[in-house]
Amino acid sequence: MTDMPLLSLAIWIPIFGGLLVLATGSDRNAPLARALALLVAVAGFAVTVPLYLGFDTGTATMQFVEMAPWIRPYNINYHLGVDGISVLFVILNAFVTVIVVLAGWEVIREKVAQYMAAFLIMSGLMNGIFSALDGVLFYVFFEASLIPLYLVIGIWGGANRVYAAIKFFLYTLAGSLLMLVALLYLFLQAGGSFSILDWHQLPIPMGAQSLIFFAFLAAFAVKVPMWPVHTWLPDAHVEAPTGGSVVLAAIALKLGAYGFLRFSLPIVPDAAQYYAPLLITLSLVAVVYIGFVALVQTDMKKLVAYSSIAHMGFVTLGFFMFNQLGIEGALVQMISHGFVSGAMFLCIGVLYDRMHSRNIADYGGVVNKMPKFAAFFMLFAMANAGLPGTSGFVGEFMVVLGAVQFNFWVAFLAATTLILGAAYSLWMYKRVVFGEVANDHVAQLDDINGREFAFLAILAFCVLAMGVYPFPFTEVMHASVDELLRHIAVSKL
Amino acid sequence: MIISTYTMLSSGSKLALFIALTVLALLAGALLALNARRRLFGCAGARAVGFVGLVAGLPALMMGLSRVEMEMLYRVVPLAPLAGALIAGLFGKAVGRAGAHLVTSFGVLVALAASILIYVDVLAGNTFNDTVYTWMEAGGITFEIGFLIDSLTVMMMLVVTFVSLMVHVYTIGYMSEDPGYQRFFSYISLFTFSMLMLVMSNNFLQLFFGWEAVGLVSYLLIGFWYKRPTAIYANLKAFLVNRVGDFGFLLGIGLIVAYTGSLDYAEVFEEAGNLASLEMAGTGWPLITAICICLFIGAMGKSAQVPLHVWLPDSMEGPTPISALIHAATMVTAGIFMVARMSPLFELSDAALSFVLVIGATTALFMGFLGIVQNDIKRVVAYSTLSQLGYMTVALGVSAYSAAVFHLMTHAFFKALLFLGAGSVIIGMHHDQDMRNMGGLRKYMPITWITSLLGSLALIGFPLFSGFYSKDSIIEAVHAAQIPGAGYALFCVLLGVFVTAFYSFRMYFLVFHGEERFGKAHDAHHHDAHADDDHQDDHHHGLAPGQKPHESPWVVTVPLVLLAIPSVLIGYFTIEPMLFGEWFKSVIFVGDNHVGLSELAASFHSPLGMAVHGLQTAPFWLAMGGVALSWYFYMKRPDIPAAIQRRFSAVHTLLENKYYFDRFNEVFFAAGSRLLGRGLWKGGDQALIDGAVVNGSARLVGWISQASRLLQTGHLYQYAFAMIIGVFVLLTFWFNRG
Repeated sequence: MTDMPLLSLAIWIPIFGGLLVLATGSDRNAPLARALALLVAVAGFAVTVPLYLGFDTGTATMQFVEMAPWIRPYNINYHLGVDGISVLFVILNAFVTVIVVLAGWEVIREKVAQYMAAFLIMSGLMNGIFSALDGVLFYVFFEASLIPLYLVIGIWGGANRVYAAIKFFLYTLAGSLLMLVALLYLFLQAGGSFSILDWHQLPIPMGAQSLIFFAFLAAFAVKVPMWPVHTWLPDAHVEAPTGGSVVLAAIALKLGAYGFLRFSLPIVPDAAQYYAPLLITLSLVAVVYIGFVALVQTDMKKLVAYSSIAHMGFVTLGFFMFNQLGIEGALVQMISHGFVSGAMFLCIGVLYDRMHSRNIADYGGVVNKMPKFAAFFMLFAMANAGLPGTSGFVGEFMVVLGAVQFNFWVAFLAATTLILGAAYSLWMYKRVVFGEVANDHVAQLDDINGREFAFLAILAFCVLAMGVYPFPFTEVMHASVDELLRHIAVSKL
Repeated sequence: MIISTYTMLSSGSKLALFIALTVLALLAGALLALNARRRLFGCAGARAVGFVGLVAGLPALMMGLSRVEMEMLYRVVPLAPLAGALIAGLFGKAVGRAGAHLVTSFGVLVALAASILIYVDVLAGNTFNDTVYTWMEAGGITFEIGFLIDSLTVMMMLVVTFVSLMVHVYTIGYMSEDPGYQRFFSYISLFTFSMLMLVMSNNFLQLFFGWEAVGLVSYLLIGFWYKRPTAIYANLKAFLVNRVGDFGFLLGIGLIVAYTGSLDYAEVFEEAGNLASLEMAGTGWPLITAICICLFIGAMGKSAQVPLHVWLPDSMEGPTPISALIHAATMVTAGIFMVARMSPLFELSDAALSFVLVIGATTALFMGFLGIVQNDIKRVVAYSTLSQLGYMTVALGVSAYSAAVFHLMTHAFFKALLFLGAGSVIIGMHHDQDMRNMGGLRKYMPITWITSLLGSLALIGFPLFSGFYSKDSIIEAVHAAQIPGAGYALFCVLLGVFVTAFYSFRMYFLVFHGEERFGKAHDAHHHDAHADDDHQDDHHHGLAPGQKPHESPWVVTVPLVLLAIPSVLIGYFTIEPMLFGEWFKSVIFVGDNHVGLSELAASFHSPLGMAVHGLQTAPFWLAMGGVALSWYFYMKRPDIPAAIQRRFSAVHTLLENKYYFDRFNEVFFAAGSRLLGRGLWKGGDQALIDGAVVNGSARLVGWISQASRLLQTGHLYQYAFAMIIGVFVLLTFWFNRG
């Protein structure tokens, strides 16, 4: 089993499958395109399952490694591998793709093949990002993944989609150009190697470390997104179709956070430690400031988008405290956020498909017409508020515990999310779901159908399973996170 | 013969038999449940299976269980209600209404039976403290789900399962017309599960789990009638205020983990001495005080202590059975239980204990005052709950933990009784809750009347009643205490006795005695006390002119009677073991520097003696004074209260507005947060970041290109001139660089 190039399969099955779906062409073949897309997505997910089952939790070295020369003159290799930090994201990504295909099933009626293909190809590219161990390969995947998302927002998006798509594209592109400079510098410094693992061992003077740190920060902070480079996210979410929002929240935001762990922390540990107070401050601003901003949103999607920023603030906070609870808590939070924010956007999508409005004020009393939906939405809203027993609690709990170890006042500010998260999640829920039926449109709502029930139920299961028994998720991380912390502790000056 | 065969079985096969019978019994419950709706198996068939299951299951349970079997039984206690909740919640349609109440009540009955067996086992000296499963490991800390079964736990288990069972039965009658019947049963069983997990925990993780889970169910139940704006406002408020408490609680747990590296009670308590000698990094505060105050902030949220009490009166928007179960008997006492459980930590910080004491005393007295001006029958009971929770907190503050837990137990019975009694009155009044429309109900609702009287006597601490023993012990402990704040606390609890008696009997006289004020044409004052317990699809409330109230059905009155028995008797029978005996000796720790209950223990001879002695003490006469005054005011001279109200209108307005806590919170916290959020959003995100920086840089690019367009004139001579100037400047710098 392990002899199979699982990571390559995880990357290329969705990409070639996506091209195949694209080949079905016009909307006359939409049913075929949908079925084929689901098949490809499930196959793509199936090949990632052995990654977990066959994963050796006892070692921090890269596993499922594949290595082949790619561009010999510059020593660029097709080098793939996963460790305890990245493996879960490959699986999460493949899983979310299945959900997204299901979510777009009937809702997307125009350019079905293209829509499905864009998501499949994006899924393959993102798997490439999480498993690339070569700087150039990483950069190619990193940049290429922008294109499908840009198209998804720009083509299937809402009224203001072009502004949002361009804002999203320019923001992220500007950041990653600086990263390219840093990658080239590291290539030269390493004596002509693009291997990320080689870079981890490279001694770098402090001045250069600082510059590299900020170059990476520019790329990753935009993706996360960290305050104050976050304003593209609410716009992108609002304009994106439901599937686009799900992928954006569940996977795309994780790319930046993953970049910190794969690049910033191990390659320039001294700079990372030196600038940690800055990053922690920005993270806390994200948690508190964005928490308040989320509270007053009138658009459901914007509200969840802002709550995503706040939750990702927890992630970066966890990273830069440099303790095991913090980093593992942040990783758990990333996975959980994948489930929960994905589910929140799906719930909003379910409402939007029926009412064509995201305005909280247009709703009220939805529970009277959609009791099943209300139950699911309640679960996910509670998970978003970090209720114990749901996945949303686990990461927050770990990061807060890690923060108290680090500094009580940091923990104090971080823990305000307990109040703010509940306030914005449940206040929205109250206004949308509870109460008397607010208007005639709400009165005509139908409860979720079998397909919607299926994907919400799958996500509900994930949210609860991770909340009740997170052991299997954290187990795979320990060795790699331990190794990372040991590595950071040694100066590279 | 069967029994002798059973005793000869090996432990393994006993276990198998036990599991099989438990499953069979559960299955029988489910079959009975299904059958009630669908008649799948014929009535006789289902009864036979259920009967066999129960009859076969009981001897298995009655026989001495091995340790392994006991450990199985611990799991059964929370899981049986959970199973009921899941069946009623997820398959509510399939099992039907009767199915839902049967399966959930059966689950709680199983939990109660198992708790009794565990109680007997603990009485025999067997305790348990072990892990059920490892939730997670990270950062060198093991996060576990596990049980700690000792005398404190088992007492809480008995209270929770008993009151829960009573409430389940009562609900069958109370909610019989409600369309959300199955959902309601699912929620209250889920609550029972959560509460049991909370009290049975052996670690802080699971404690926090249960802590928030009961909060969730409370949220769901306060908002049970989700169409009513007041209900969905109240449940959001309850959740958020509790979250403020949980915020402190979480930080307290964080500090414990940071300094001891463990979440396990036993391990943390072993380290307690160390904690007491440390300072909190970066602040210079004594660590143990910081930990205890953080934990207590959690208790203030859950147990509704000033200033985090504001959610409890509003929680009366929920159906009355949950007011009894959650907002009187069990959930709100979680904070008291937690502090008692943490006595090895709190004992090390006098500052924290003083804080606890002052907060508790303030709650006990000032919330009592508010009970006097309420006209809604449920709200009177709600404020009395706040006040009694204050008494428990006071007991914690003076290190009389066992007295706090004792009062918790007696209060659970008599307050559940009073709430359910109020609910019965509300049914009789056709969902009118305004006491001004009642009066003289004793003729029409005799069982409700007698049981409510017994509950009220217990509440005011009439000698021999359960509340007397627990409240008097608290007052005596405050009297003996040396800790800063004890003088203020003594004043509060003594005056509180008078106030309690006054508002309790004001309610009693207004409802059950005097002129019959119901059935009249609805007058003006009916509208300001909106009927809080109105059902979702049931808009008529109040009695029609000429209509008489009627006694409630047996499912309502039987729980009242069953709760009245412990409300009267349990103090007499349990004070000696619980306060002065060995019962809590091994689980509650009182430092040598604190008096606790030792002075009271020295003077205690017998429960009867205490009652006789009680007749000669101030609390008794204060209580009697309260009763007499309320009789005079509300039976004899109803014009006096009105006159007082006019005379002291400022005080009355203050009380009517509940000391303006709600107003302050609305204006300062709620509106303030929204204002801040809008400011950050419009000012920060939109104006500054997007307006000035993002779109500003886009504009900047525009200006630069405008400007550079000016340079591109297309005239060759201008380019040439620029080039020459440029070369000249460069050369100048080049040659002068050294």
